Amino acid sequence: MKYSYYPGCTLKTKAKDLDAYARASARALGFELEEIENWQCCGGVYPLGSDEIATKLSSVRALNEAKEKGQDLVTLCSACHHVIKRVNDDMKNVEDIRTRANNYMQLDEPYAGETTVLHFLEVLRDRVGFDELKKKVVNPLTGRKIGAYYGCLLLRPSGLLEFDNPENPTIIEDFIRAIGATPVVYPYRNECCGGYISLKEKDMTKRMSTTVMDSAAGLGAEMLITACPLCMYNLKKSGSGKIPVYYFTELLAEALGVKEEAAKA
Amino acid sequence: MKSEKKQAEMIREISGVNPYKCMKCGKCSASCPSFNEMDIKPHQFVSYVLHEDIESLVKSESLWKCLSCFACVERCPRDVKPGKLIDAARQLVVRQRGETYLSPDEVPELLDPELPQQLLVSAFRRYRR
Repeated sequence: MKYSYYPGCTLKTKAKDLDAYARASARALGFELEEIENWQCCGGVYPLGSDEIATKLSSVRALNEAKEKGQDLVTLCSACHHVIKRVNDDMKNVEDIRTRANNYMQLDEPYAGETTVLHFLEVLRDRVGFDELKKKVVNPLTGRKIGAYYGCLLLRPSGLLEFDNPENPTIIEDFIRAIGATPVVYPYRNECCGGYISLKEKDMTKRMSTTVMDSAAGLGAEMLITACPLCMYNLKKSGSGKIPVYYFTELLAEALGVKEEAAKA
Repeated sequence: MKSEKKQAEMIREISGVNPYKCMKCGKCSASCPSFNEMDIKPHQFVSYVLHEDIESLVKSESLWKCLSCFACVERCPRDVKPGKLIDAARQLVVRQRGETYLSPDEVPELLDPELPQQLLVSAFRRYRR
């Protein structure tokens, strides 16, 4: 099975390992991530203004390329996923944005939200299946107590993201169980780490990331996992430092026995 | 800057929000992780727009403390989406020439070796045009 794949800017630079572990894990699970050509940065945050068009075009280009290949589009970074999924919804359901974006794009056939956007975790849950994933685990992470950090962008607004229950999600806990470890549920798992304000408001970010980390550590988590390079940065840089933070793909690659292979790539 | 009446109209237009639907339950402010840092609280944004007091709104610190975490958008029982109102007020400011919360000149001293590109592009998109 081949998917179109949108890595995003940070997965080519500061979060190369998030990407490498995902590609190696995908191969081990029998699917391929085919990077789309000439992708451009999604912009990091979804442009909320209803009159914003130009800021959405990089997402439309990626979505259209997947459509032309007849493939679903897979994302890995929470922010890219949020932006591309919401732009796709605009192209499907908001006539004004669809018309004006297509006027810019000048495609042979207008784009109207045909592509299915999947986060890598959704591929694991809905396409591979956590039961199948479990069967392919060669190195179960038995005994490890892991806190899932969801943050904001994968979950909200839930009507558009359709990722999981926004207040009581289970997908990452189910993932943790599938790789043989033990999930630790803690109250701040879907609270913001500080996001982009960490550039200028260091104190606020410190307070928020510390609250998340202490909440998890206080309930017995030995580590946190995340899908987002910005959450990773904020939690590591501004959290209390009580527990380490990993990308979920690193633990996946470890459980599938391909961590060394990914590290070499 | 345009008249406050015109600006209030622009906020409604950019946000796509109908502030008349608000029933003042306060769930947005109760959900907001930046509540303590905000001078105008999320549930108060609606009143400022309704009363066309845009002068106070565009000077508000809250514009730069909102995280776009969508907690208020998710939980609003009336689909008023205060986060979108805040963003529209922020747009009124940053779409004016020279009005911005982040200048490229101040970036070098904000950097550190681990800082991800994602943070810079996100901040630039929210804080300036």
